[in-house]
Amino acid sequence: MAKKLTVSASPHVRSSETSTGIMLDVIIALVPALVMACVYFGTRALALTAVCVGTAVLSEWLARKVMKRNNTIGDLSAVVTGLILAFNLPATLPFWMAAIGSVIAIVVVKQMFGGIGQNFVNPAITARIILMMSFPAAMAKWILPMESAWSPDAVTGATPMATLANVTGGDVSAVEGLPSLTQMLLGMHGGSMGEVCTVALLAGALYLLLRRVISPAIPFSFIGTVAVCMLFAGRFNLSFVAYELLGGGLMLGAFFMATDYTTSPLTRKGRIIFGIGCGLITSVIRLFGSLPEGVSFSIILMNILVPHIERLTTAKPFGYVKEKKEKKEKEAAKA
Amino acid sequence: MSKVIPGVLSAVGRVRGGVSVEHNKNTADMPVERMPIPERVVLPMQQHIGAPCVPTVKVGDTVSVGQVIGDSDKFVSAPIHATISGKVKSVGDVKLASGLITKGVTIESDGEMRMFEGLEPPKVTNRQELCAAVRASGLVGLGGAGFPTHVKLNFPPDKKIDTLVINAAECEPFITVDYRECIENTKNIMDGVYKLKELLGIENVIIAIEDNKPRAFKNLKEIADLDNDIGDAVKLMTLKSKYPQGAEKMMVLSATGRKVPPGKLPADVGCIVMNVGSVAFVARYLATGKPLISRSITVDGSAIASPKNLRVPIGTNIQDIIDYCGGFKAEPRKILCGGPMMGVAICDTQAPICKQNNALLAFADKKGGVKPERACIRCGRCVQVCPMSLMPTVIERQARIKDVEGLTRSNTMVCMECGSCAYACPSGRPLVQYMRLGKQVLRERSGK
Repeated sequence: MAKKLTVSASPHVRSSETSTGIMLDVIIALVPALVMACVYFGTRALALTAVCVGTAVLSEWLARKVMKRNNTIGDLSAVVTGLILAFNLPATLPFWMAAIGSVIAIVVVKQMFGGIGQNFVNPAITARIILMMSFPAAMAKWILPMESAWSPDAVTGATPMATLANVTGGDVSAVEGLPSLTQMLLGMHGGSMGEVCTVALLAGALYLLLRRVISPAIPFSFIGTVAVCMLFAGRFNLSFVAYELLGGGLMLGAFFMATDYTTSPLTRKGRIIFGIGCGLITSVIRLFGSLPEGVSFSIILMNILVPHIERLTTAKPFGYVKEKKEKKEKEAAKA
Repeated sequence: MSKVIPGVLSAVGRVRGGVSVEHNKNTADMPVERMPIPERVVLPMQQHIGAPCVPTVKVGDTVSVGQVIGDSDKFVSAPIHATISGKVKSVGDVKLASGLITKGVTIESDGEMRMFEGLEPPKVTNRQELCAAVRASGLVGLGGAGFPTHVKLNFPPDKKIDTLVINAAECEPFITVDYRECIENTKNIMDGVYKLKELLGIENVIIAIEDNKPRAFKNLKEIADLDNDIGDAVKLMTLKSKYPQGAEKMMVLSATGRKVPPGKLPADVGCIVMNVGSVAFVARYLATGKPLISRSITVDGSAIASPKNLRVPIGTNIQDIIDYCGGFKAEPRKILCGGPMMGVAICDTQAPICKQNNALLAFADKKGGVKPERACIRCGRCVQVCPMSLMPTVIERQARIKDVEGLTRSNTMVCMECGSCAYACPSGRPLVQYMRLGKQVLRERSGK
């Protein structure tokens, strides 16, 4: 027989799902929030996002080239990282700072550890934290929605999280300057570009859940834990809990960053533990820390614990019988 | 027909994981055709799990259909019979479809299909005699694994077996021979069921079939209802069609709710699982004494001109079978013995069909069903779909660095190589290959 036959290990059929397709789904899910960011912060939001995504893709391509590895920009994961990083930045951030963030995320955090699937912390979050430490003023310049992000003298204001930090005992009516809950839902307040519009984020999250790209284990346990902590901290004031859930980066973090495949546990049990851990650390930082917001730190801290969580939550194989039980059975058989 | 019919059981235990694979049962409505007698058959001495047989004939011998030509004195083995009458042309190395070289006997047909004298229905009155008869018949599991059936039936007397599970799930895509068996030989199946039940002294029989085969189900139900006077111990069960529902451990779980522990057999939880085709064969053998000399196979795939279900003498050349089905209508890129999930990709069509081959599939797809391989993104799909609750991606890493301790901790040996993980992997990783590598690493270590 002259024809060449492919000989490979079974199975010989594969699902149609690809890693590129999954990344594309995440990008689609991020679009509503991106649109809302442009509505609130104008064309500069789009420009800043383009800088982040562009630099991310370019630095991935370059890093792979320099390391003499195959080109991986086709898997679109660099686009996702760029988008998520952009979502975590204020709309007024100078472009060059954003570009530095992208380079850190892709080159230092992702490629230097072996590329996709190998980094032990979330690239976008790590980059954000490094930017926060390096450029504290620029990273905390929150302009109000509908102000022009291009203009140097746009009106800035405190984020709801900063205002909430002054609330004692959950009495939200005692502080001034908090937007209404509807405004919180729609995102009409200061904050990072992509985190403000909760409705848009939830729409994207729903898409990811329905497409089964993410499992509900992490976001639900994360948000649930924050809700419970805030319920107690706010002495059962429900509107305080609502502000805590809608404010800051909780929705963005819980649905889009904590669910990052590479840096979250593989097991279901592990994912629940991971989510609860994120929720607890977020709550502790928000309630007791000197920073108004703790989602980023909580995720990065839990990222580091992933190998241990995974080891602790490895499922027993099908039909596994505990040794003790087996011994007992043997004894019973003897007797 | 997907509604639950009164008197019909639905699955007791719930199978974890698994994948939904396209069924592609294109040949479901094609009756099993008898293929003309080939001019030549090649009968390998290893067509089962266990010890290979030793040829009992020499070159130049005249053999007739059903005559033993190879046997072994080992327990886990099954004799090989001549499947056509004629002259032994050679005894020696033969190449199997997988490329493996083994001892085999080649018989040239005299075109007479003369039956071997002395083939008569065995006298079977108890389990010992049944086991001896089944061994003599050369029967191995016809579902694909090829485990000698008599070994399965010869469970130690201290083991209480209360349930016989008849596996008619046929969860592999494309293959329809078990389905045809249910449609065409329903009576054989039921006879086999009652015989086995009686001789093995088993109380319950559960015939399990996936819910995508309503017609086979209906036939079985009709016969079961007719014979109800024998006792209401035989029950039908519909199972959700999901791969790998037909795997032995999954079958036991669905039918009885019992879980077979790692490294144990269904008999350890009081069950025996038999393929529906094997059961029908037992009934025919007990009635006629004709050993396993032919079997049904599904010939299908995008490269086959006219797909068919065929009854072929064992040892028939694969290329002859393909030619009988009109040859290739497109250039084949991949040819499989068995189904697409667990079948073996073959490198040469000049090889014989063996006892455990239930399908011959040829595909014209350029990629041969393989996705481009990319880095693992740790999405966890392999972990979610593993019916054995393993973590395939973790095992892959451990297998690559030959981490014996890690592979042991990950229970690598529990893997049954169903392929669900690799099917689901969006990065196209050859996970089953790594599972096998991991097992090999462990075997080598324990061998030292």
